[in-house]
Amino acid sequence: MATLPLAGIRVVDLCVVWAGPFATMLLGDLGAEVIKVENPFVFQPMTRGGMARPPAPVLPALVAWSGGYPNSQPGPRPWNYCPTFVQVYRNKKSFTVDLRRPEGMEILRRLIEKSDVVVENNAVDTLSKLGVTYDWLKTIKDDIIMVRIPAYGLSGPYSEARALGTHLESVMGHTLLRGYPDLDPSNNTTIFSGDYMSGTQGALAVMMALWHRQRTGEGQLIEVAQAENASPMFAQAFMDYTLNGNVQGATGNQSVHGFVPSGVYPCVSLGTPQEAGDHWISITVTSDEEWQALRHEMGDPEWTAGLDSAAARLAAQDQVDESIAAWTAQFEDYDLFHRLQAAGVPCAPVLEASRVLDDAHVNARGLYKKQRLYDDIGEHQYTTPFYRFPETPATVYQPPVAFGEHNEYVYKEVLGVDEEEYERLRDAGHISMDYDASVP
Amino acid sequence: MPGPLADVTVLDLTQYITGPYATKLLADFGADVIKIERPGGDPARQLPPFKGGEPHPEKSGTFFFFNTNKRSVVLDLKSPAGRDAFGRLLDRADIVVESFRPGVLDRLGLGWDYVKSRRPNVPLVSITNFGQDSPYADYKGSDLVLYGFAGEMYSMGIASRGPVKMYGTAALVESGAAASTAIMGALMVGRGQGVGQHVDFAIADSHFGGVDRRHATVIAYQYSGRKTPRPEGGAQGLANGVYPCADGFVEFAVAYIRPDRLADMLGKPDWFDDPKWTVPGASANPDLIEEFNGNFLVWLVQRTKREVFAEARRAKVLCGPLFTVEEMFADEHFRGRGFWQPVEHAELGAFEMPGRPFTMPASPWEIRRPAPLLGEHTREVLSEAGLAGAELDALVGVPA
Repeated sequence: MATLPLAGIRVVDLCVVWAGPFATMLLGDLGAEVIKVENPFVFQPMTRGGMARPPAPVLPALVAWSGGYPNSQPGPRPWNYCPTFVQVYRNKKSFTVDLRRPEGMEILRRLIEKSDVVVENNAVDTLSKLGVTYDWLKTIKDDIIMVRIPAYGLSGPYSEARALGTHLESVMGHTLLRGYPDLDPSNNTTIFSGDYMSGTQGALAVMMALWHRQRTGEGQLIEVAQAENASPMFAQAFMDYTLNGNVQGATGNQSVHGFVPSGVYPCVSLGTPQEAGDHWISITVTSDEEWQALRHEMGDPEWTAGLDSAAARLAAQDQVDESIAAWTAQFEDYDLFHRLQAAGVPCAPVLEASRVLDDAHVNARGLYKKQRLYDDIGEHQYTTPFYRFPETPATVYQPPVAFGEHNEYVYKEVLGVDEEEYERLRDAGHISMDYDASVP
Repeated sequence: MPGPLADVTVLDLTQYITGPYATKLLADFGADVIKIERPGGDPARQLPPFKGGEPHPEKSGTFFFFNTNKRSVVLDLKSPAGRDAFGRLLDRADIVVESFRPGVLDRLGLGWDYVKSRRPNVPLVSITNFGQDSPYADYKGSDLVLYGFAGEMYSMGIASRGPVKMYGTAALVESGAAASTAIMGALMVGRGQGVGQHVDFAIADSHFGGVDRRHATVIAYQYSGRKTPRPEGGAQGLANGVYPCADGFVEFAVAYIRPDRLADMLGKPDWFDDPKWTVPGASANPDLIEEFNGNFLVWLVQRTKREVFAEARRAKVLCGPLFTVEEMFADEHFRGRGFWQPVEHAELGAFEMPGRPFTMPASPWEIRRPAPLLGEHTREVLSEAGLAGAELDALVGVPA
């Protein structure tokens, strides 16, 4: 019987926010045993919530994906189901230990001894202050693989800068490259595509390092500098600059490859944009053949005359967009989607989050699955691994994990801690399923 | 020192952006990636930007970027000789990656049944828009179409306008990065356990299941019934969003969660002593925001974006300057770290491009060769596979 690619590999997860936890989740999806190391006395901001116990009255003022807790209430253990983070806890185990105390560091040392990989993406000085360095890890396990995912790198003038993914996008040029061409960049929504890039490539780095270790017996320290790592997303802008000296600006929904039309067009809406009731369809015509198909579906209107070539359409881009928008506005987005795709035109509804679980593709592919968490907040649909490996299926074998859910398992089964020591550590506060009352 | 994948041969049938980025990651870390191009080449060769602005199949910056370290072999897979040569290459490969629409490879007689019968241990990874068995399996996509559908594009932009995408082909590149982990996983099972399989990777799925906000908006709706509309625009809250400064813009995020640091950055340690700034909800109070901005904007416009960034770094405040690509290229941090990679190419000349996605000291990233000219390695690679004489001449297009 074949096993998942990373079966038998143990990963120590010292990650925060999104990038690192996404990397380790992918490793868990692929079969690694991922163990989150958490501390009842230290709440890492933006990892299990903005704060451990957000006051209920604050929640409505937060953006939905931050303040949208179950029934809009923080409940008894908000850190286990903060909507911002709960979906990156799948296929992981969690145990707690206070690394600020020597006996806590000793527990970590014992865990490292039995592990293959350590992944972390804290501010650069955070772990070194605790004494958790690659050199230290190597003294415990000579072939350890350590993947660090700092914002700007472990060296250089920005290495200490605090950053979320959105700041790295600013520095890499993305915030000036995206958004409406006629408005200033303060109208750009905060996004975190760099977390996606460094999360996936952090996971790739772990697998490549395991491949190398298999052949040579050698571990290594890998540095994923997020502000470098994500730059391929802007490949065309970098290449245009380095080859031609062109400094590109924001291009909205236009195609960087000159395809026209390329845009987002209105459809029949159910409500206002403020209530997220507006519906849109995106269309990209990538060839003259697709243009003829679109033209035919629109009924060969007069305004399309003379627009057979890509160059002609490019020159008339604004008028083309306006005319298409007037046409699409008569239709329901899904109706138009199926009709235009049947004619060979690339398009799809711009799907607002509340509609995702109703989509035929999402359901046919099983992208979401009903699950219950450790805490009793009812049944909800959580994401599943995007890997489709028929011989070695990637499944959800652990729903998004609660803080300290695997304390018994990690201490007793992995580390071989006896009952007496377990109780001593629990009494000293290392072992808990709650943040200490001193944590806000 | 060779890269970690120096012992891996990849048969790469992918085109355009997503698949080529995934296989570039493997190639740049040492794998021998044999890029099989149809006569005329990967359509990405027709994509701008072109050196000098004029379309030319060997002058596409897009093609160059996504195809470094690969060897190009032109094969007409519709011809028996081309398919036979493909089989000879398959005999020496560890994995096959393709990005045709579902069914195309099968119709060529080179799909999973063929791969499995010839090399049972060799996985086939298919990268498509919606997957092999979706109700939308035959539907076409683009960066905009797939990201708008599966990513969290709906809430990007402002309420008075329509949704607006990321730059260029950013979403497809993200999916390429995700696909690289699927390829690597399949390779590990193939080599490690001797088990081949047909891996079905869908670009759409990798955005529904990605980490940039979509997972959070969908669960927030289920939890609370709250949707995520596009905002009204502009910076919101206390030092949260994009702000103007003396020479451009800077971005902050939730700086109010550490008012001590924010005050330190502004050089006014007592600015937030009044408890009104730290009561829950203060960051959403319009009166307080107006009062704060009155001081904050004055502070900002007296400083350049680099000066603001330096003060933020000193005080450990979440902040980033909005650089142009030109400014990032010139920036001393990335220069000093050796990020930019010098390359040379027959048609494009010598230039620099973004370098390693991560450093692996024991098995480093390396540009061993530029992106290939169309068919540059057809003879070389097919010779290695044992083809010779008239058969080889015919495949490389030498008239009989």
